Amino acid sequence: MVKKVIEGQQAIATGVKLCRPKVIASYPITPSTHVPEMLSKFVANGELEAGFINVESEHSAISACIGAQATGVRTFTATASQGLALMHEVLYIAAGMRLPIVMSVANRALSAPINIWCDNNDSMAERDTGWLQFYCENAQEAIDLIIQAYKIAENKEVLLPAMVIIDAYNLTHTMEVVDVPSQEDVDKFQPPYKPVYAYLDPDRPITQGSFGTPEYYMEFKYSQQRAMENAKKVIDDVFEEFEKIFGRKYEKVECYKTSDAEIILLCLGSMSGTAKEAVDRLREKGIKVGLAKITVFRPFPEEVVEVTKNARVLAILDRNISLGYTGVLRTEVASAFVNLSKRPLIANFIVGLGGRDVTLEDFYEIVERKIPEFKKTKRLVEWINVKGGA
Amino acid sequence: MKSVIEEVELLAPGHRMCAGCGLAISTRLALNVAGINTIVVLPTGCLEVTTTQYPETSWRVPFIHVAFENAAAVASGIDVALEMMGRKGINVLAIGGDGGTFDIGFQALSGMFERGHRVTYICHDNEAYMNTGIQRSSATPYAAWTTTSPYGRYSIGKKKRKKPIGIIAVAHDIPYVATATIAYYEDYQRKVKKALSMDGPAFIHVLVPCPTGWRFPPDKTVEISRLAVETGVFVLWEVEGGRMENLKVTVKPKKRKPVEEYLMPQRRFSHLFKPERRQDVIDKIQRTIDEKCERYGL
Ligand SMILES: Cc1ncc(C[n+]2csc(CCOP(=O)(O)OP(=O)(O)O)c2C)c(N)n1
Ligand SMILES: [Mg+2]
Repeated sequence: MVKKVIEGQQAIATGVKLCRPKVIASYPITPSTHVPEMLSKFVANGELEAGFINVESEHSAISACIGAQATGVRTFTATASQGLALMHEVLYIAAGMRLPIVMSVANRALSAPINIWCDNNDSMAERDTGWLQFYCENAQEAIDLIIQAYKIAENKEVLLPAMVIIDAYNLTHTMEVVDVPSQEDVDKFQPPYKPVYAYLDPDRPITQGSFGTPEYYMEFKYSQQRAMENAKKVIDDVFEEFEKIFGRKYEKVECYKTSDAEIILLCLGSMSGTAKEAVDRLREKGIKVGLAKITVFRPFPEEVVEVTKNARVLAILDRNISLGYTGVLRTEVASAFVNLSKRPLIANFIVGLGGRDVTLEDFYEIVERKIPEFKKTKRLVEWINVKGGA
Repeated sequence: MKSVIEEVELLAPGHRMCAGCGLAISTRLALNVAGINTIVVLPTGCLEVTTTQYPETSWRVPFIHVAFENAAAVASGIDVALEMMGRKGINVLAIGGDGGTFDIGFQALSGMFERGHRVTYICHDNEAYMNTGIQRSSATPYAAWTTTSPYGRYSIGKKKRKKPIGIIAVAHDIPYVATATIAYYEDYQRKVKKALSMDGPAFIHVLVPCPTGWRFPPDKTVEISRLAVETGVFVLWEVEGGRMENLKVTVKPKKRKPVEEYLMPQRRFSHLFKPERRQDVIDKIQRTIDEKCERYGL
């Protein structure tokens, strides 16, 4: 292991290189572009033995990955925002064909208006596509989760594609100190890819991408759902194995000072770092507050109920909005409590869309002013730090 | 004469194509040349839905279908994967409909050409979106009826001419481009063989009559295919090395028949003959063909 000062995209590219994919197909989009740039450089100078396909769109990027993975090799692609939206149709197909492709997503707002900065609406819109989703708090998590994502995705009981998601700019372009695992350790952790069911081989001809009638379609979806269920255990196992080799512990839902907390903040991505700082400062003032950070969003981490149920208020911060309702994390987490009689009040705050900063002050505002108000009003959703907002 | 279809069919019988479907004939002819060391990639369309209904498959070679607009991109991924695996001598054969090639899949096709993948792409042109029920595509010829280019008081059918896909492919400066049709199977099979031998992309534009969509009896498929060439509606040529000046017409009809002989048996053109004869339109079609044939030296 070596400590290096690198940005989030470099952490992604480095993690990918360590996993030795054989085919990479990716299309530039801010703020994900450094990933294909770095990977093509690794290929050009012989650091990575892979075919790099300079596709003409993101739709073709994921399609080429499907072709390559279905032939029998490990693949990778990277994108963000509009690029991810352009892939939308094909994301379902990658999952339906049970191809363990790994992709990094730089969380960037969707047009209109066009905006290149951070929010989660792009990846949240893909939550139903059948991909595993991992959200990173920092560059260290980015490199670690790329490495673990391959192992989880390729597990025979899972065989699902995986997205490793990092915040635009806050992570993609921010230099941090990162422990870069050694190739030797990663090779030990990550054996070479051997296709189980999906290959295109004239010696063993099979048909992939069949036409599924009503008589069979549901069973296909059911098997994907079972794979998602299986992934829950596999994720725990892989996290544990990773900790043994690399010494860093991952959890689907990471808890920070939640055990005695009356207010629990819940969020994901880079703002979790700010949230931890806010928790410390607020605790100095005597407010019993904690943080639950979602790392794995698909499969949905039901553990979130167990670790937050004793709070008086669960304040969910969404850096996204399902227009016409609330933030996506809120609808998902609230639904997990639906059959429990004892549950916290659930408040929802929309923050940081299109790259607006989420600051310590925002957390203080939420905890010290908005939550006391909310206890009376029980407003479904509130927008923080928005001009002309209530 | 040697049988044109080998004893072991790589496209198994029992598929669900319509009686007289040109796609079945064309696919068998192509696979027969390509042989078992071939990976087939299909976009969504008639050929795909009629041959891959789970849990059955008609394909005796490795096969993949992903979506409607991305066969060329999927094939690109396969090409590079095979290279990285060190597997040599495997043909990557993409077979797309006109919709999946001229229209929605055009960007992916152009990208695949530009990157120079070792992929042979056969376009099965039945001149409309047949799988969804005969809607016009940019391959539909002038004045043809489809469900979205109907004729009526203000319409003669498809308003514009067909997109010249073969010429557009040549303009990509790829090693090999050809046109073919099932009636001239020797010409077609020779071209498939040549395409597969290229060290880079090859494109074959194949006219495949569709009895259901073109509205003719299913026993006339080969006849209509032949008439297309005999009338000059469809010219059989090939170009090597991306040079238009190398264009070679591979089948020359002895004496060109009037286009009416091609139009008349197909009810997609019946509005040109009844209730009243639209000589102006027939003449216009004939003139266009004459001009084109002059360019090809026919
Ligand atoms: C993105 C997308 N748009 C539309 C469709 C519906 N669709 C499926 S096949 C098809 C037409 C296929 O036409 P063509 O490529 O000419 O093949 P054919 O069936 O005529 O052989 C259409 C419109 C689809 N599957 N995907
Ligand atoms: Mg068609």
